[in-house]
Amino acid sequence: MIKIQHLTKNYGTNCAVDDISCEIGRGETVGFLGPNGAGKSTTMNILTGYLSASAGRVLIDGIDILSDPIGAKKLIGYLPEQPPVYFDMTVDEYLNFNYDLKGCTFDRKAHLNEICEVTRIGDVRRRLIKNLSKGYRQRVGVAQALIGNPPVIIFDEPTVGLDPKQIIEMRSLIRTLGKKHTVLISTHILQEVQAVCDRIVIINKGKIVADEKTENITRAVESNKRYSLKVCGNQREVLDALKSVPGICLAEAQTSKDGDAQTYIIECESGADVRKKLFFTLAQRNLAMIGLEAVGMNLEDVFISVVEQTEQAKAAEKTRYARNTTKKRELKTRETLTKELAEDLIKNAEEQRARSDDEDN
Amino acid sequence: MLAIYKKEMRSYFSNPIGYVFVGIFLLFAALLCSYTTILSNSYDTSLYFTLMVIAMVILIPILTMRLFSEERKMRTEQLLLTAPVSITGMVMGKFCAAFTLFLSCLAGSCINFIPLYVIAAQEKANLGYDTTNIGPVTAQIFGCLIGIILIGAAFIAIGTFISSLTENQLAAAIITIAVLIGFIGIGLFADFIDVYWIRLALGWISVLGRFSSFSAGVFDIGATVYFASLAFIFLFLTIRVYEKRRWS
Repeated sequence: MIKIQHLTKNYGTNCAVDDISCEIGRGETVGFLGPNGAGKSTTMNILTGYLSASAGRVLIDGIDILSDPIGAKKLIGYLPEQPPVYFDMTVDEYLNFNYDLKGCTFDRKAHLNEICEVTRIGDVRRRLIKNLSKGYRQRVGVAQALIGNPPVIIFDEPTVGLDPKQIIEMRSLIRTLGKKHTVLISTHILQEVQAVCDRIVIINKGKIVADEKTENITRAVESNKRYSLKVCGNQREVLDALKSVPGICLAEAQTSKDGDAQTYIIECESGADVRKKLFFTLAQRNLAMIGLEAVGMNLEDVFISVVEQTEQAKAAEKTRYARNTTKKRELKTRETLTKELAEDLIKNAEEQRARSDDEDN
Repeated sequence: MLAIYKKEMRSYFSNPIGYVFVGIFLLFAALLCSYTTILSNSYDTSLYFTLMVIAMVILIPILTMRLFSEERKMRTEQLLLTAPVSITGMVMGKFCAAFTLFLSCLAGSCINFIPLYVIAAQEKANLGYDTTNIGPVTAQIFGCLIGIILIGAAFIAIGTFISSLTENQLAAAIITIAVLIGFIGIGLFADFIDVYWIRLALGWISVLGRFSSFSAGVFDIGATVYFASLAFIFLFLTIRVYEKRRWS
């Protein structure tokens, strides 16, 4: 549904988006995840035709946003980072304006009623947008994006500035939308994409760092090495117990206390999941563990672990492939083998020459 | 385009700005008309129209200052630029809204001529015989109206362009006033220059100089083309500003 091909955007000498390629299928819910300034908003602004790319192409359902901007924009409902609402209009006026702007041909009243119901703004329709709270303005922005029932929906940081209850509502709204539409959201909160999206594209410094199914990212995040735990009891006993668990390479007590419980930080060897063992060891020694959580998984750590994991997976695949091919090779005659080898060598040499030529240029 | 036009028209009257413009325009028109005609015992309306052109230097920026700068400041231009509307449609929608309001005010100000015709009729009745020499010259009024409509279009286009350059309404208004004063002042300035070709060139640009043939009741095709192309160029530049911003 959305095809991004070698997208690059330069602001002067500053490269905001650097050769991004990605494809989003019909009906997928995809999250762009990345720290502030990673190029998420820029990418979205290019997708929606607000900005033009320095290089590369964007196809929305096969329509190039540059050659037929109006046709492509018709397919997109976009909520920018700051909801683009007119303060001097009432909600109804604003929605009607958008209805006209998008040139819709539905039954106006029924369509707007339906959208107001989905976004829960029915009770403020006669009020001036100026007087609405941030949460309501955001929802009016969402309603605007839904007008015309576009197949592609793009939300830029839809939950920023909302209170916790509104965030939950917004997430469930996005999930519902994801059933019928192709949805693309951006955020810098990991939990948010995990909660909502099928697929996560991690962007950092204008480049795609990872493009994975949500389960894989979650797995990468959960194969965490550091935990913080709260255990009741004598500090020395607890530390002894912790160090006796195989797989834990470091355990230290923190100063913070919660009643008679103290907080400890443990670090485990990579690949080992010590949580179960930890639980039973402490239980055997009559030490009550009242809390266990993973620590230190900020976005950077996610990048690192995700990149590591994907690289490991690739390497594993490569060895598997190599093993398969060697098996096949054994069956071949020696002659063909040498021939293939020579061909490979020539190809490699040519590639290298091409690469060095490129660099020279 | 129609949606944007309608939205602009509505926003003129959901803000004080539309009322301010209509009020000041009609007030200026009424004052200038009564001073230059009835109070100075004259049926000649050319001075009134010339003064109206000068008044438009202050009036038009009220109309145009917020057109684009407000959208930019509130980030609502993102909505318009990502909607299935062309940039040309967006610019024309806004221009037409401002132009419509200007035209309706101008039409409203035409009631100022009614007293002139009434007085002329009375005078004719008092004299007892019909003479065409007494009374306002209708051809002159129509000529001036056409001229002022063209100048209005050009000025609104200039204001629209300047509004698209800044996100500060006040800056847009002040710069527009300065530029419009420049267009008016060039003609006055030209009279002090001795070099013939410079004076000719400046006179060619001068708005008031171009307008003088209209106030003589002559439909000047050269001037019509001049004002129309002025409007066209500045609207075109506005479109380019938005095109360029996408690419920068």
